[in-house]
Amino acid sequence: MLLTHAETVALALSFKVSLVGVACSLPVAVGCAWLLARTRFFGKPVVEGLLLLPLILPPVVTGYVLLIVFGHHGAIGRWLDAAGVSIAFRWTGAALAAAVMAFPLLVVALRNAFESVDRKLENAAATLGAGPWRIFFGITLPLSARGLVAGLALAFARAFGEFGATITFVSSIPGQTRTLPIALYELISTPGGQSGALRLTLLAVAVAVVASLVAALMLLRGGTREADA
Amino acid sequence: MIELDLALQRGEFSLELALRSSARALALFGPSGCGKTSTLLAIAGLLHPRRGRVAIDGRALFDSDANIDLTPAHRNLGVVFQDARLFPHLSVRDNLRYGMPHAAAKHAFDDVVHLLELSAFLKRRPGQLSGGQIRRVAIGRALLRQPHALLLDEPLANLHREARAEVLEHLRGLKRGFELSTILVSHQPDEVIALADSVALIQDGRLAALEDVEAFRSSTAASGIPVAANACATG
Repeated sequence: MLLTHAETVALALSFKVSLVGVACSLPVAVGCAWLLARTRFFGKPVVEGLLLLPLILPPVVTGYVLLIVFGHHGAIGRWLDAAGVSIAFRWTGAALAAAVMAFPLLVVALRNAFESVDRKLENAAATLGAGPWRIFFGITLPLSARGLVAGLALAFARAFGEFGATITFVSSIPGQTRTLPIALYELISTPGGQSGALRLTLLAVAVAVVASLVAALMLLRGGTREADA
Repeated sequence: MIELDLALQRGEFSLELALRSSARALALFGPSGCGKTSTLLAIAGLLHPRRGRVAIDGRALFDSDANIDLTPAHRNLGVVFQDARLFPHLSVRDNLRYGMPHAAAKHAFDDVVHLLELSAFLKRRPGQLSGGQIRRVAIGRALLRQPHALLLDEPLANLHREARAEVLEHLRGLKRGFELSTILVSHQPDEVIALADSVALIQDGRLAALEDVEAFRSSTAASGIPVAANACATG
């Protein structure tokens, strides 16, 4: 299957945007998931709901909120502009949109993974002199590895398929913000673009299938191991 | 010297335990539900008493009056849990080394591995070990922490006869070879007689009696189970 130059650019951009978006989302998601899994605090259900908002809101709304906050005149965007960092209408903005959209999936997967780690093992590590960071990186995180990989796969697929928030926030600029789904939309809207649209559709389906298989394999094998234990 | 003065609430169960013992190895004896394991977890810092004091060899680990409550990591106790709690993703070698101080002598590891006969399976994961081997690794891991005191929670529970004899023999060897204050939780008289110097009989979260192991042996021989412990509620 040969791709045109524009399709190749869109595909490469989608990979870059998704990988950077998920990578940026990961540390924040790890922190939030750990807090939800391991601590109790006032207003926790409200925080849980807020963290899931990007999953529930129409993506266009999320994109518009990003535009209001991070656009050239936005609350944060104007400061970023003043500092010489512009993300509106740039690939970094598309990565931010991908990060926001992938974030809830990462939090949910990681929270479940952390909750499945036996706290008695963490207590045992504490009696062996380990502090909270060593317990987290040496015990909790490795024992959550399957959930982490599953979450990363799903989050990557979500980021790769992101359309609504991205086009609202950073528009469709070839080479900058025209990711695979946006390029696909453009091809569908263009006379004679059907064959290109079909090629991109097949690519999008392939990425989604691989990500789903990775996630299912990780979750299934994790479940099998728990059942064996 | 082991000093315990604990007031602890767990749901509807209330533990009020006060004792002082100069024994090197003290057993907390009584059937399930009497509060033995809760006491051990409170000493380890994994349960938080309402008030009281825990001190071993003059070192206060918890003292509500003096506002002392060391974290489990800072209590420097070697804890052997009933369910071993080996880290399943780490090899036996890495489990053993997990709590080792950086400044530990290089031969310390080899000594413990030799003493507990662990060298044959250092590269294995806990899932590949027998029950007796798992318990020996847990004991070795606690010892390599180089603790001020050792806490053993039913170290022979759920082991078949051969494994039980094997672990018991190693624990006897440790008692002879290490000058460590030890607190042992058990509901098995033979285990207590083999490993303890003094026995605290616990009944419904209270101290029923504190006696030396010879008195305990006599009462066990007379009735099978000491009268005070026999009266404990189970559950």
